[in-house]
Amino acid sequence: MNYFPDEVLEHIFDFVTSQRDRNSVSQVCKPWYKIESSSRQKVFVGNCYAISPERVIERFPGLKSITLKGKPHFADFNLVPPDWGGFVYPWIEAFARNNMGLEELKLKRMIISDECLELISRSFANFKSLVLVSCEGFSTDGLAAIASNCSFLRELDLQENDVEDHRGHWLSCFPDTCTSLVSLNFACLKGDVNLAALERLVARSPNLRSLRLNHAVPLDILQKILMRAPHLVDLGVGSYVHDPDSETYNKLVTALQKCKSVRSLSGFLEAAPQCLSAFHLICPNLTSLNLSYAPGIHGTELRKLIRHCRKLQRLWILDCIGDEGLEVVASTCKDLQEIRVFPSDPFVGNAAVTEVGLVALSSGCPKLHSILYFCQQMTNAALITVAKNCPNFTRFRLCILDPTKPDAVTNQPLDEGFGAIVHSCKGLRRLSMSGRLTDKVFLYIGMYAEQLEMISIAFAGDTDKGMQYLLNGCKKLRKLEIRDCPFGNAALLMDVGKYETMRSLWMSSCNVTLGGCKSLAKKMPMLNVEIINETDQMDISADDRQKAEKMFLYRTLAGRRKDAPEFVWTL
Amino acid sequence: MSPEDGSNLLESDAASVSFKETELTLGLPGESRGLALIEKTGGKRGFSETVDLNLGRSSTVDSDHKKYSGESETDVQNMAKPPAAKAQVVGWPPVRAYRKNAMKGCKYVKVAVDGAPYLRKVDLEMYNSYQQLLNALQDMFSCSNFTIRNYLNERAVTNQEVNNGVEYVPIYEDKDGDWMMLGDVPWKMFVESCKRLRLMKSSEAIGFAPRTPSKCSSSN
Repeated sequence: MNYFPDEVLEHIFDFVTSQRDRNSVSQVCKPWYKIESSSRQKVFVGNCYAISPERVIERFPGLKSITLKGKPHFADFNLVPPDWGGFVYPWIEAFARNNMGLEELKLKRMIISDECLELISRSFANFKSLVLVSCEGFSTDGLAAIASNCSFLRELDLQENDVEDHRGHWLSCFPDTCTSLVSLNFACLKGDVNLAALERLVARSPNLRSLRLNHAVPLDILQKILMRAPHLVDLGVGSYVHDPDSETYNKLVTALQKCKSVRSLSGFLEAAPQCLSAFHLICPNLTSLNLSYAPGIHGTELRKLIRHCRKLQRLWILDCIGDEGLEVVASTCKDLQEIRVFPSDPFVGNAAVTEVGLVALSSGCPKLHSILYFCQQMTNAALITVAKNCPNFTRFRLCILDPTKPDAVTNQPLDEGFGAIVHSCKGLRRLSMSGRLTDKVFLYIGMYAEQLEMISIAFAGDTDKGMQYLLNGCKKLRKLEIRDCPFGNAALLMDVGKYETMRSLWMSSCNVTLGGCKSLAKKMPMLNVEIINETDQMDISADDRQKAEKMFLYRTLAGRRKDAPEFVWTL
Repeated sequence: MSPEDGSNLLESDAASVSFKETELTLGLPGESRGLALIEKTGGKRGFSETVDLNLGRSSTVDSDHKKYSGESETDVQNMAKPPAAKAQVVGWPPVRAYRKNAMKGCKYVKVAVDGAPYLRKVDLEMYNSYQQLLNALQDMFSCSNFTIRNYLNERAVTNQEVNNGVEYVPIYEDKDGDWMMLGDVPWKMFVESCKRLRLMKSSEAIGFAPRTPSKCSSSN
């Protein structure tokens, strides 16, 4: 029943911004559904194959901003062949054809071509924001199209993409009339950029607040840019190799003194540690610091820098910081909320941090709620201590570089340690585990991790029971990804209805068979059950007892996808 | 100034060098220290002959290697061998390909020159061939009057002016802790496996004096 006219309801719904809440609103009654759907401007699609673009357009005709995710998460680690899918073109083509007033596009793990970028730039007059995360399939030519044609572009944010670099002319493509830039991040580009064009662009962008440069921008240009953009809030330094006594360095110091607004710092893609003292000026105000691409910054220089960062909330760093460095973090950064410690030598695997660093962080940083930690070893005792110190973890990801390593002191599995984490951290939403783990840890997770939405498991468990505990217990589970675990058909088929309440399930190098997957697909028509077959021997009529090496299933309203390559079978 | 100037980091002297050398790492004892007594099969041309002869003599680099003179070959071989866990499991550790490539691109290795108090660093990614690297090294240390013995080019060896200053032999330490001569493996493979470089005085490299050119010409 409606007591209010539609416009009033719409106005009220404007204040409901989170997608989950808006979804709830739309389910109250038909009129609310109609009003909410017609007024929704921002849509998040966690799996681009879960729904067709046409259906999204039909339901949300006022759509202005869309986020799309494509490949499964394990594609990040080379477990998914490159042409598996995740093409955004059909979406853009559909939006263009239906004259949608698209203004913002954010993509993660998708394939976007230069043609697609060109289409975006020509189809949406008010296009304002392009954010690409871990995408591929395009070159700097596509960026040139965006720069040339999007007159009101505010944001071009390229994070960790694989971009084919045809050299730097794309920056020159921003017309002189383009003065609207607020955020520009091209740190992931491998090639040169037109430095003069960059300087001019910065000079005519009074609203520029976020700028992340790539390695091709040297120190003297950085200094000039900072002089022109003293209001920057987020700075990604490019190349940083210089002789500390030169005039340019002194100019840099002067420029940095004027940058009183910088709160976020990253980059230092090639760094000479002697020069970092210039940045001590802005460290006291930093809330976010990302040095995870700066292997040249370590030891005393790094610790000196950190000691100035008393307000830090977010820190991304390499493990060459060492346990000692983490102790400095723990004693300095009392406001720390999120930390990520990456391996500095991912090929060899000699991490420089251990459980000591983790415990130090947990005891020094009471606000810590999100952690990604690559380490050499772990102990149950440490995890239990961490759980006690930090009951507020929402994201806990631990990666021991030797994936089946037990407790470094007792040689026991790490079940008790992770059990303590899930027991203590009642708000835990995301978990990644490693080390020697038995079915027991899954029993704990099933029992205690009530808010868990995403879990990644590798080389863990003993029997099907492990996976069954998980599926039975975690009511809010949305994404489950498993590799190299002894879980088979019994676990897979235990509760097939469960998968409709989840976004997706990935299982690779487990014990599920082709037959088990077929059986699941048959029972659940609303799921796409995909087998990725990378060997020549197997074919669809193969023995059902053969193991399915890689299986990815997801709920969908769109039926089987039409763009699946030959090696992907939808059962 | 050489074009590669920007990529060469000058390291100050004894203080930082010795810290690095004595720094405790989580590697196995014996890893990355001194000259290993290893006779490897499988195409790598080792440095074993000269090592035999060098043991016991004072060296400008590591006095540690004296420790290994009494040990059996297998002992040292086992100690220098990386632990089995380092065998590559696909997709482990779970690090984004982008990040792995970015870190790989930063291939700085230390260059030690016998007799020089400084270590230099070079970014191997800056070069496409052994020749380019050797040229850069030559440039980098141009203040000292020396020549780098170039085993890649047979003609250069015979024409090289050994009289002009001190002559050096470039060797490198690979991932397994072995000291190898430059030029045996394809360039890219070398970049992947090289951990550090050393320009060793020719006079110390007994096995590679010009009077035994057969060693130079053997290549796999």
